[in-house]
Amino acid sequence: MSAARRCRLPRALAGLFVWHLRNTGVRQMPCQLMHLYHVANDRLITFQYFNFLKRMYVTQCNKDLSQRAKPKSDSIVSPSHELQQFDQEKKVVHKISPVSAVHQLWSEPTSSNKWGELKSAAETEDSGIPVGAKSKEDRGWKEMKLQLDDLPGILARLSKIKLTALVVSTTSAGFAMAPVPFELTCFLLASLGTGLASCAANSINQFFEVPFDSNMNRTKNRPLVRGQISPLLAVCFAASCGIPGIALLTLGVNPLTGALGAFNIFLYTCCYTPLKRMSIANTWVGAVVGAIPPVMGWTAATGSLDAGALLLGGILYSWQFPHFNALSWGLREDYSRGGYCMMSVTHPGLCRRVALRHCLALIGLSAVAPVLDITTWTFPVISLPINLYISYLGFRFYKDADRSSSRKLFFCSLWHLPMLLLVMFTCKKSVLEKEDKGDLPGGSHETAMEIRLP
Amino acid sequence: PPAHSGRDWIGPPDPHSHLRPIIFHVPARESALERRLREARQEAQASNQRFWARHNRAFRQEKEEFIYSRLKAKGLEMRDESGQKATLNAEEMAEFYKEFLNKNLKKHLQYNRDWYKRNFRITFLMGQVALVRALRWLRWRKKNVEQ
Repeated sequence: MSAARRCRLPRALAGLFVWHLRNTGVRQMPCQLMHLYHVANDRLITFQYFNFLKRMYVTQCNKDLSQRAKPKSDSIVSPSHELQQFDQEKKVVHKISPVSAVHQLWSEPTSSNKWGELKSAAETEDSGIPVGAKSKEDRGWKEMKLQLDDLPGILARLSKIKLTALVVSTTSAGFAMAPVPFELTCFLLASLGTGLASCAANSINQFFEVPFDSNMNRTKNRPLVRGQISPLLAVCFAASCGIPGIALLTLGVNPLTGALGAFNIFLYTCCYTPLKRMSIANTWVGAVVGAIPPVMGWTAATGSLDAGALLLGGILYSWQFPHFNALSWGLREDYSRGGYCMMSVTHPGLCRRVALRHCLALIGLSAVAPVLDITTWTFPVISLPINLYISYLGFRFYKDADRSSSRKLFFCSLWHLPMLLLVMFTCKKSVLEKEDKGDLPGGSHETAMEIRLP
Repeated sequence: PPAHSGRDWIGPPDPHSHLRPIIFHVPARESALERRLREARQEAQASNQRFWARHNRAFRQEKEEFIYSRLKAKGLEMRDESGQKATLNAEEMAEFYKEFLNKNLKKHLQYNRDWYKRNFRITFLMGQVALVRALRWLRWRKKNVEQ
């Protein structure tokens, strides 16, 4: 854990630097950026620090394309995708040193990855073993013994804790958008249950994919690949997270949410993970996996599957495509060699068409929100600029089909989702408003705040 | 790894298969169950190593051939273009990746089935071994407490 903590700041700086680059429109240094893109892909996908409204949001998108880590699901993508941490209550405030400090880090693009690896190597290494430190992977022979002090870090990586955090935040977004008075205990139980279920699903996913993960750059440092934990222990951990998690959802919240959670675990581990190597349909399955957590948040609050839940799920479903397809564009070689059936490899035209299609769908879905009485009409209006922007990038990706347009689209998707959810929340139609049958576009924010107080 | 160690050792990734080899420790009094587990793991490791080493080698080879043939068709030299290969032929490389993936799909499906079966079997055996060991330890502790 300490290793993770220590390398979080450099990674954060790297993430900020990349964001800064993106913003200032730096086109050059393709090699370094690509290198960072590959090496720190996991990090960037999982962490993106950026300054927003004078506050730091940690956004995490872990879209494992080949391994779509869809929330509660795989990696690459589907689960991986994507979800960004949007939670107004838990804002992570980080002090980020000026960008100039990042330049030093930038000189060795792999340093963040190396740092983490060296640290964990130092911790897990037996004293009697000579270190074969030729490259960063080559660390010599290690005893296959479970190091108890590393266990939290190992389990965090096994359960893809950052992706899980993202999943939990989309669930909270779903909970917050539900048109019922806010209940703190229900909210906490739903978040905890979802988090545990997500940990379980991610662990099983890694358990299934050991030889494939070893062969892909993005995933070759996972605990099971490195032998830090035995497969048996991974399965036991998954069971000890999943069973209490689902039980908590079923008994502590409501059976519908529990059923959705169990279904999502099943979809991710038994459908998405094997499908990744069989057909390109995995992308759509993965998008569903990513869409279910906000639906779960909604059902946790209201106890029923309303149109609003489906709309939120639909928005996340559509978001997965530009996010994942753009990311997978740069990983085609690894996918091809690893044997993953992804659209970007086998049907590149379809890949870009689908991404564009779903960017446009986001505009449409945003417009449906006020019709279903979830938000006021200010929501489609305010969200139109960001939706149009991502659609524009989707169109550029469709037309240019090159690395830079795919990167731009991917990075846009990283901030697009939290912003969209944030705007949605501020435009939420309050329960009180609905009772009055009045529509107060300006005051909806205040009334939404009132509802949040328990 | 030292000979006196009582545990398995895992090494750095193999350059061909990218898998990490494990040297299995054979305890002095290995039960039949433990032997089955060890042999299953050894067999799986050997099979995985064979598959991936061959697969990666084929990938590298075919990629070289593809690049060479395309450059030749364009009338260019391999050497000159070596620095620019990655960026110039991004879309052409995509053609190769697609071809390679489709060609190897059946092979992967077969390998997936094998891998899943092996993985489940090994994990199940691990569970059995762990259970037996736990029971043995409990019995030993009970005996000690009684004494």
